[in-house]
Amino acid sequence: MLFSTRASVTSDTPQGGQLAGAEDPGIHEKGGWGTDRAVGRRLRVFWRRFSRSRSAVLGLGVVFFFTLVTLVATWVAPHDPTALIAQPFISPGPRYPLGTDNLGRDVLSGVVYGARVSLAVGFLAAATSTLIGVIVGAISGYLGGVTDALLMRLTELFQVLPRFFLALLVVALAGPGIGKIVFVIAILSWPPMARLVRAEFLSLREREFVEAARALGVATPTIIFRDILPNALPSVIVAGSLDIAQAILLEAGLSFFGLGDPNLTSWGGMLNNALAFLRTAWWMPTFPGLGIFLTVLGFNLLGDGLNDALNPRLRSR
Amino acid sequence: MEARLGRYILYRLAQVIPLVFGVIVVTFLIIHLAPGDPVLALVGNFPAPEEYVTRLRQDLGLDKSLPVQLLHYLRKVAQGDLGYSFAQRRPVLNIIFERMGATLLLAGTAWLLAAVLGVAMGILSSLRQYSLVDHATTVAALIGFSVPVFWLGQLLMLIFSVGLGWLPPQGMQSIREEYTGLRYYLDIGAHLILPALALSTRFLAINARLTRSSMLDALGREFITTARAKGLPELRVILHHGLRNALLPVVTVMGLNVGFLFAGSALVETVFGWPGVGRLLFDSISTRDYPILLGIFVVVALAVIIANLLTDLAYAVLDPRIRYK
Repeated sequence: MLFSTRASVTSDTPQGGQLAGAEDPGIHEKGGWGTDRAVGRRLRVFWRRFSRSRSAVLGLGVVFFFTLVTLVATWVAPHDPTALIAQPFISPGPRYPLGTDNLGRDVLSGVVYGARVSLAVGFLAAATSTLIGVIVGAISGYLGGVTDALLMRLTELFQVLPRFFLALLVVALAGPGIGKIVFVIAILSWPPMARLVRAEFLSLREREFVEAARALGVATPTIIFRDILPNALPSVIVAGSLDIAQAILLEAGLSFFGLGDPNLTSWGGMLNNALAFLRTAWWMPTFPGLGIFLTVLGFNLLGDGLNDALNPRLRSR
Repeated sequence: MEARLGRYILYRLAQVIPLVFGVIVVTFLIIHLAPGDPVLALVGNFPAPEEYVTRLRQDLGLDKSLPVQLLHYLRKVAQGDLGYSFAQRRPVLNIIFERMGATLLLAGTAWLLAAVLGVAMGILSSLRQYSLVDHATTVAALIGFSVPVFWLGQLLMLIFSVGLGWLPPQGMQSIREEYTGLRYYLDIGAHLILPALALSTRFLAINARLTRSSMLDALGREFITTARAKGLPELRVILHHGLRNALLPVVTVMGLNVGFLFAGSALVETVFGWPGVGRLLFDSISTRDYPILLGIFVVVALAVIIANLLTDLAYAVLDPRIRYK
């Protein structure tokens, strides 16, 4: 489902809106999630579906592991990742499990602290771009007409702009810094989410419960965010978790080009540093890159699993 | 019918104009929103002669209103003037074009590799759903989609160049040798293998997954049953009736991924010292040669728009339904 998710969900097929409620009509009740007990039941159903897939649970495990590493980095890392603590180029061994780099910094500590940057940027950038995408998509899909046409032209423009090159350009001109990197990734990543949410809204706004709310005189913002949005959430969550993976890759690419935050140790930055020493120290590129790979893989597996559990109609063959 | 296709092409061309305009406006805004003097963004951190800076200031019309400045900038870009690099003492457009060949060779090879291998893997696994081949393809696709290309490049280099010594690690040609004729091309080919492999992985994964699912979809349709019922040979049913229909989404996605292909190429070129636009980008960042960064952005953005347009047109030719919308 991984690769077809975007393609199939973002296309304007009306089926998009019927996903979650397919087996559980209660989800379309006004107000979305209902009582506490109903929420509990729904969570149990969700977990049963989710845990059926081994790869989904594996993905969740990997994500959980790296999140944990991030939270306890200060205690887990044996050294300050920027401190020169030993001879350069010590190969992995009992003293320095992942070796030391060209300046004698501990690679293990770098990998541990690097997880922080990757996950922080991934979460924050994906959360911000999801927020922008949801707002644009909801307004566009619900209001339609000229507003929709204008917003969709803007979305198209952002979609054709080559993300990586624009991000490089902006960070190179504005100067590096983790806040700017998060902002740039977020501002360049929202279009697919906007199209997805718009497609959901196009179909949901025609439903009886929306019509009922309109007839009762409920204010438009309330209809958009209280009545319709909760029903579009399953698709948003899936796309959001896949966005985290993409944001992590983009940040790693920027850091690899030497545009990461100079005050922080990041996986991409370590790979950039390793470029000149491939012949001398195989461990310098190997472990930070493994960190990126596993984290991205984890989020992709998680997104796949969430998709199967939340959108059973779209399950891959 | 031909008239309809013609009208569709015109319609799509008309849609391209605002996008090109949008790209140039975005570039213009970046130059002006950059901290400090916009002239700095156009000159970079390289000592440029005072007369040039003064002339640039006049050219930009910084004393005039923003819309007037935008018009100036539009005219410059329309004339192919993407600025001047003082680090290299040459117009930006010439520098980029000089490097384009190497990038197109690398990206084109990777793209072809991804198309042929990815589609083949997708067909195989769709024909034997849930078989060992199918599972292997699924796992390989998942890994290919998650691995950062620049790390994969470094690993390939570690294994096949540094470790085994089979393939050259850096550049596009052997520096010490003066090859001619066939040896010349073989030498470039040997340098090309590892970067092209690294670059193609992600797209290979996407193509394999997409071909698999759209083949499964196509093979389940009624026209396949009809074709089989007519007694056509199975290979013809699969390739002519199944694959032809299944390829449409693959063509679209490959076309829409051209931007990612250039981005991946930039990263891979940096790893392998491949003398293309990507390596130029990397070097220009370290020398703060902003005009080149801006120029590369404009060129890539326009290339992506053209690629999207060509994809849509190819789709219209392949799938007649599009024209009748």
